[in-house]
Amino acid sequence: MSVIYILLSISIIIAVVFFIAFITAVRKGQFDDSYTPSVRMLFDDELVKKQPKPSIKIKKD
Amino acid sequence: MDKISCYHCGDDCNNTIIAFDDKNFCCNGCKTVYEIFSENDLTCYYDLQAAPGAVPKEIQGKYDFLSQENIIEKLTEFNDGNTQITTLYIPHIHCSSCIWILENLNKLNPNISSSQVNFGKKTVRVTYNSEITSLKEVVLLLATIGYEPYISLDDFKTGQQNVNRSLIYKLGVAGFAFGNVMFLSFPEYFQVDGFWIEQYKPVFRWLMFAFSLPVVFYAGRDYFVSAYKGLRSKLLNIDVPIALGIAVLFIRSTVDIIFDFGSGFFDSLTGLVFFLLLGKFFQQKTYTFLSFERDYKSYFPIAVTKISSKMGEHPIQVYDIKKGDRLLIRNEELIPVDGILINGKARIDYSFVTGESETVSKKSGDKLFAGGKQTSGVIEMEALKSVEQSYLTQLWSNDVFSKNKEDGFTTLTNKISKKFTIAVLSIAFVSTTFWLFVDASKAMNVFTAVLIIACPCAIALSAPFTFGNLLRIFGKLKFYVKNASVIEQLAEIDTIIFDKTGTITSNKKSRAQYDGMALNPSEETLLKNTLRGSNHPLSRTLYDILDEHHIISLNHFEEHLGKGIEGTYNENHIKIGSASFVGTQESTILNTQVHISANNKYKGKYTFYNSYRKGLSKLFNKLKKNYDLVILSGDNEGEFDNLKKLLPSKTKLIFNQKPDDKLDYIKYHQTEGAKILMIGDGLNDAGALAQSNVGIALSENVNVFSPACDAILDASKFNQLNKFISASKSAIKIIKWSFLLSFIYNIIGLYFAVTGQLAPVIAAILMPLSSISIVVFTTITTNLLGKKLK
Repeated sequence: MSVIYILLSISIIIAVVFFIAFITAVRKGQFDDSYTPSVRMLFDDELVKKQPKPSIKIKKD
Repeated sequence: MDKISCYHCGDDCNNTIIAFDDKNFCCNGCKTVYEIFSENDLTCYYDLQAAPGAVPKEIQGKYDFLSQENIIEKLTEFNDGNTQITTLYIPHIHCSSCIWILENLNKLNPNISSSQVNFGKKTVRVTYNSEITSLKEVVLLLATIGYEPYISLDDFKTGQQNVNRSLIYKLGVAGFAFGNVMFLSFPEYFQVDGFWIEQYKPVFRWLMFAFSLPVVFYAGRDYFVSAYKGLRSKLLNIDVPIALGIAVLFIRSTVDIIFDFGSGFFDSLTGLVFFLLLGKFFQQKTYTFLSFERDYKSYFPIAVTKISSKMGEHPIQVYDIKKGDRLLIRNEELIPVDGILINGKARIDYSFVTGESETVSKKSGDKLFAGGKQTSGVIEMEALKSVEQSYLTQLWSNDVFSKNKEDGFTTLTNKISKKFTIAVLSIAFVSTTFWLFVDASKAMNVFTAVLIIACPCAIALSAPFTFGNLLRIFGKLKFYVKNASVIEQLAEIDTIIFDKTGTITSNKKSRAQYDGMALNPSEETLLKNTLRGSNHPLSRTLYDILDEHHIISLNHFEEHLGKGIEGTYNENHIKIGSASFVGTQESTILNTQVHISANNKYKGKYTFYNSYRKGLSKLFNKLKKNYDLVILSGDNEGEFDNLKKLLPSKTKLIFNQKPDDKLDYIKYHQTEGAKILMIGDGLNDAGALAQSNVGIALSENVNVFSPACDAILDASKFNQLNKFISASKSAIKIIKWSFLLSFIYNIIGLYFAVTGQLAPVIAAILMPLSSISIVVFTTITTNLLGKKLK
């Protein structure tokens, strides 16, 4: 048994894994809207920042 | 005076300034929205974008129908009794702030568990607990914060929509296979006749075969289907040689590896399909937030209020309205059926139907037509017809709306492909016959090689990439075209027909002329201040035209619906309105007039003229050289003289056209061979837009209103129309040049094929090279074209 078979099967398995990942991504609708997520990502910080601020102030007082 | 703009919506606070929290607001609505946000710690909204909000509208009673079970059922995509999911279309979504606030709805109403915005489609998908809150409450919440959802009869039928993602899947499959096959065919490209390659050759080859199976039978399936359909209707479309090429590639390659003749052409095969699909994907660019297929259903409400003696006022589905039903139409509601006004003062805005923005007053007993919008107070009406049989909606039963425009049109690519296919087949047969006599063993080889190398991949790609790119460029310039074939048809236009009202005139009537006795300064001040109190569109227009005067508070002000307004200040009394209201004779002039009398003495009248869009005469003068120009108007002839002066003398002016007349006019000229571009705006043009070769809807606000059409043009770009048409013509030239380019590649390839020297590696180099150079060529030239447009 030559090493080429192992290499081939590994490379094909990896390729297939990526292919399946692509299919599931499409199926979940990740390709339907290509704009909103790029903006939404920027707001994640805003929401977190808002919450802890008051609690810190209270502790200091 | 310094202009103060509202902190929430950015409008000028011209008269009333409401100060709150050190910020200025133009109305109480905007202030309330700000309050809601600040109470819930959501003022971040204003940090993301300055003045992002919309002025909230009055919504009382408007959404009562949303508590009806069967309507909720239709509007929600998931409903299990305690959780409901609904997707609402919100035209106002326009900036990142909107996304932020709409995705934080759960802070405003804790019973909303999540909300997700699709910016491209301008929709928000809301999940909420329906035991504690309701669809109506969600919609009301959205409306109060200035994001009023647009719910129309269209939503009623669709329910859950299936998104068609098959092209992305196919592209994925082809790309995946292409990459792997390329990598597997590399060892044989650099064929070293050694022991190693001899031993493992079959493994590589059969793996490539396996990868190409889904490409041929799944990703490339559309080409076979389309070629079959083309052949059945005796048409040699571009998909015929493509399908032939794919089939020959696959069969020849399979035969090659079975009998060990060579490594086959799997690399070229998968690459070909991948590039072709890429072209399709590129051309598919659509404007998800625009709809080109709209009919009256997009504008009609789902439900209205019915008054019955048994049940009192209750919401009723529009489709359930029967003749004789009594309906209650509130302010800002649309009249869904033809009927008779029973009660109340009607002031109907027919702008949806005619494009005319001026409202029409109706008295009890007058006939009301479906499609009008009530603009003052509540009225009661009796239905005379059902929805489908109403005057306006009947237009949609015409055949034009069920025909597919593209069917009768042969694209440039298909015209070429007919000659191309015949040429390729004859070359294949001639060279095969030649080889049969010279070296019979090579004959079959040559025959397949010719078909493989001549596969018109580059030709098939020229049009998608040119048009696809041009669609994008047009889109940036606010000219939204439905698809590529529209650009092609636009290039062939020889007659341009314009609607008048709302198309060549702008919706705002800003030109008025005064005839009569001159008003003294105190009268002028009184006039201006009286107009200030009225919300009637004519009053607003006149108010804006008049010079600035200092503001006085009137002693007395009264608005007589459908007649006019009157105001008193100190000793002076003024009446503004219709001729009968002011006490003078009706004139015979067809244009709209407003009469004025001061202290019961007739003073004079303002006559309103249509104000034409900027650059109208210039545009017509540019267009007249190459096109026949026609104005087709549903209006009376009041503007005839004005238009005669403005437009080139060759322009035909036709007035008093009903929607059906417009359609028939176009049909008649098409039978005489004219290629017609129709430009209109109202639903009354819908038939004409559908019948014409290219129908462009002109729209002041592309998000809100446009009838079914092939393209939507933003009103501000109206004077650039000639540039768009000439750009389409240049696009056709670009495509012809790229055809020439791909022929050169084909001739080189054919040389190898005919002489029987086509090795897989040559095919694998030539095919992608020709495709890529076509893509590069078309992209660069269309971008240059786009630069000229700006």
